Amino acid sequence: MKNIYSIHLIGIGGQGTIKASTIVGDAAMKKGLNVVMSEVHGMAQRGGTVITELKIGDVYSPLIEETNADLLLAFEPAEALRALSKVNKDTFIIVNSTPIIPFTVSLGISEYPDMSLILEELKSKIKKLLVIDAEKIALKAGNIISSNIVILGAAAATPNFPVSKDLIIQSMKENLPPKSIETNLKAFEMGFKEVIK
Amino acid sequence: MKVKEILTEKEGGKLFLLGNEAAVRGALEGGVSLVSTYPGTPSSEIGNVFYKIAQDAGVYFEFSSNEKVALEVSTAAASSGLRSFVFMKHVGLNVAADSFMSAVYTGVRGGMIVLSADDPSMYSSQNEQDNRIMARLAGIPLLEPSNPQEVKDQMKYGFELSEKFEIPVLMRTTTRISHMRGIVNLGPVVKGKEKGFFKKDSSRYVVIPANVIKLRKRLMEKLAKVKEIANNSPLNRLIDKGGRELGIITSGGAFNYVMDVVSENNLKVKILKLALSHPFPEEMVLDFIKSVNSILVVEEVEPVMENEVLAIIGKYNLRKKVYGKLDGTLPRIYEFNPDIISKGMAKIIDKISIKEEKFSTKLPLPLRPPVLCPGCPHRATYFALKKAIKKLKLKEEDIIYSSDIGCYALALQPPYKMADYCLSMGSSLGIGCGFAKATNQKVISFIGDSTFFHAGMPGLANAIHNKDKILLVVLDNRITAMTGGQTNPGVPIDGMGNPAPQVSIEGIAKGAGAEFVKTVDPFNLKKTEEIFKEALQFEDLAVIISKQPCAMLTDAKNRKKGINIKYTINQEKCIKCLICVKNFTCPAIFIEKDNGSVHINSLLCDGCGVCAQVCPKKAIEVKK
Repeated sequence: MKNIYSIHLIGIGGQGTIKASTIVGDAAMKKGLNVVMSEVHGMAQRGGTVITELKIGDVYSPLIEETNADLLLAFEPAEALRALSKVNKDTFIIVNSTPIIPFTVSLGISEYPDMSLILEELKSKIKKLLVIDAEKIALKAGNIISSNIVILGAAAATPNFPVSKDLIIQSMKENLPPKSIETNLKAFEMGFKEVIK
Repeated sequence: MKVKEILTEKEGGKLFLLGNEAAVRGALEGGVSLVSTYPGTPSSEIGNVFYKIAQDAGVYFEFSSNEKVALEVSTAAASSGLRSFVFMKHVGLNVAADSFMSAVYTGVRGGMIVLSADDPSMYSSQNEQDNRIMARLAGIPLLEPSNPQEVKDQMKYGFELSEKFEIPVLMRTTTRISHMRGIVNLGPVVKGKEKGFFKKDSSRYVVIPANVIKLRKRLMEKLAKVKEIANNSPLNRLIDKGGRELGIITSGGAFNYVMDVVSENNLKVKILKLALSHPFPEEMVLDFIKSVNSILVVEEVEPVMENEVLAIIGKYNLRKKVYGKLDGTLPRIYEFNPDIISKGMAKIIDKISIKEEKFSTKLPLPLRPPVLCPGCPHRATYFALKKAIKKLKLKEEDIIYSSDIGCYALALQPPYKMADYCLSMGSSLGIGCGFAKATNQKVISFIGDSTFFHAGMPGLANAIHNKDKILLVVLDNRITAMTGGQTNPGVPIDGMGNPAPQVSIEGIAKGAGAEFVKTVDPFNLKKTEEIFKEALQFEDLAVIISKQPCAMLTDAKNRKKGINIKYTINQEKCIKCLICVKNFTCPAIFIEKDNGSVHINSLLCDGCGVCAQVCPKKAIEVKK
């Protein structure tokens, strides 16, 4: 069996994880594939961990089984570790390198691990790891807000990604505000090149 | 996809819809005329969509002041022959319950759907109640969709069923259905009637004992007929994967996990998927039970169907093993996922492969509890109040902070710790009254604007009448914020975006007889602190309305105007006293790990500038 492709997206509320995965889901639908997605709303709106899961293929439930993710998109480095139970050694992982330090760390009631340790931990377990500075790239593209689209661009360039670049771009045009589309397309292309280069 | 496409996309088209969005399309395809709600996650997005499209759809939509009012508005519409739709989160049905229970007796003329979005695992709720039990308590037909397509289709079907038997229908979703996105194939949108006509019939619509004694009997007759439908409904269907060793009875979101586990492990089982699950389709289930050797019931949250199955087995004196929550095969509490179902089923089926060991980390992970946003006016209110309390040398243990349902309850976290008690919508006042009577401690009650209109007003009347000397702080951020920003009676816009009269909280408090009523702007910290000091020393009940729009509203306004102010910390002036970090605690302010210097993350900074008032050295400045 297994004609299923699973993407786990993890980030912090406000980073645009839901938008990024909706674009992929919409593109999958356009390709004629079955697709289901789970998103989190409400309390976690800002500041909390936001998880979105996307399953494409012959499936019913939108939740990914442990170790079954084909692709992990971590919009924040420490959050990549939080999603470890969903990945296996062959999962492709894209990690945004900009940390977001919560107030609990400033108050001394929790700890944020060293960046080098986070990457070491990921490298020791995962074969296919790409670390990108999505904010920096988005800024170059024209707006720091497009960092989610940078990550989406990188995702679209990974091997086995189930939908074509063209369909993603079409879906972006339908799901993003027309005002920002130019910047977003640039951000997407720059993210795409991060994998291809 | 644009929100408008939920209305405009034609028959035969398909959209990638959230369960909540699919509910809107289903209502439109079902010819709905009137829709009402009080916002509550996980049902909130249904209202957000209607807010944007109701006008164009020719549908009346409102954010009612609470769920009971919302249910009454929809019930009256359906009693006038219109099709109506009312939706709420699971605990909202508790608020609506008084009228809900009776509306099932009186029944309706036009189709009426009550949607309850349950929240297994309590992602954004105060309890995990399973409203399939409410369906049984009320005696109302129940639909349980498993995905957005089914939500849409069953909305349409629900109207027909409701109208045929003149009884409201309850649809129960869960967070994973409401917030699941899937492909939805669309049917035609049907324009509902513009106005209904209420044909008087007091023997039916006035619930005095002489009437309800007959209505109760009629309700039972209706349910018996719906049970017949359920026994033969295509919504309740058999999926036969061969084998008769195990039969699985399931519904709602749990069905999806069962299907994926069965397919992943190639299991030879029979599955009975129930969607019209109350009245319980006894005959259909009896046949199913007889056709297999043992039964597994997979459902979220309570063992509701499992008890029904056990009752059937007892009634017909069958000898069948039933696995489920009651025997510990599956967990009793929290939402399911595919792994939980695999592990549970592995206890009774050898064939199931349990996963290879999964990765984990020993590194510490930062805690990220939900926080008051950067720019949130509540933080300023709490900061000013805390300062006033300190200046008056009041002891924290002598103060009881009675909080309420809303973003402001997040003040329970350090450093504020200003939420000691919170039960339900509006409870800050009733609980406050009780503490005022039971203790000598100072009671401070917090309530939001929307929550005040929802259930705070009776508590205020009680406090005034019974002479409870509490300090009531109304955190008026001009919106129903926690659910994503919906209108309420205090704002000048209604649920369809039209201008509307604002109900004055100050006017209500004064009219009710409160003598000390003052409105403050929390972004003026000094002034706010002064007035809090006055209020804390006032001998009687005092009301302070702390008024400043939600940061989300201000953001949207500023974006439109092109205003983009950020603050920064002048490192030469900063003495690292950390008041902004440790006492004010805005999520945008952080300490650099390497050298201990304090900075503002300009991606997060909202530009409210309150931190600049907090800094004793005036080191926080507008970023140029």
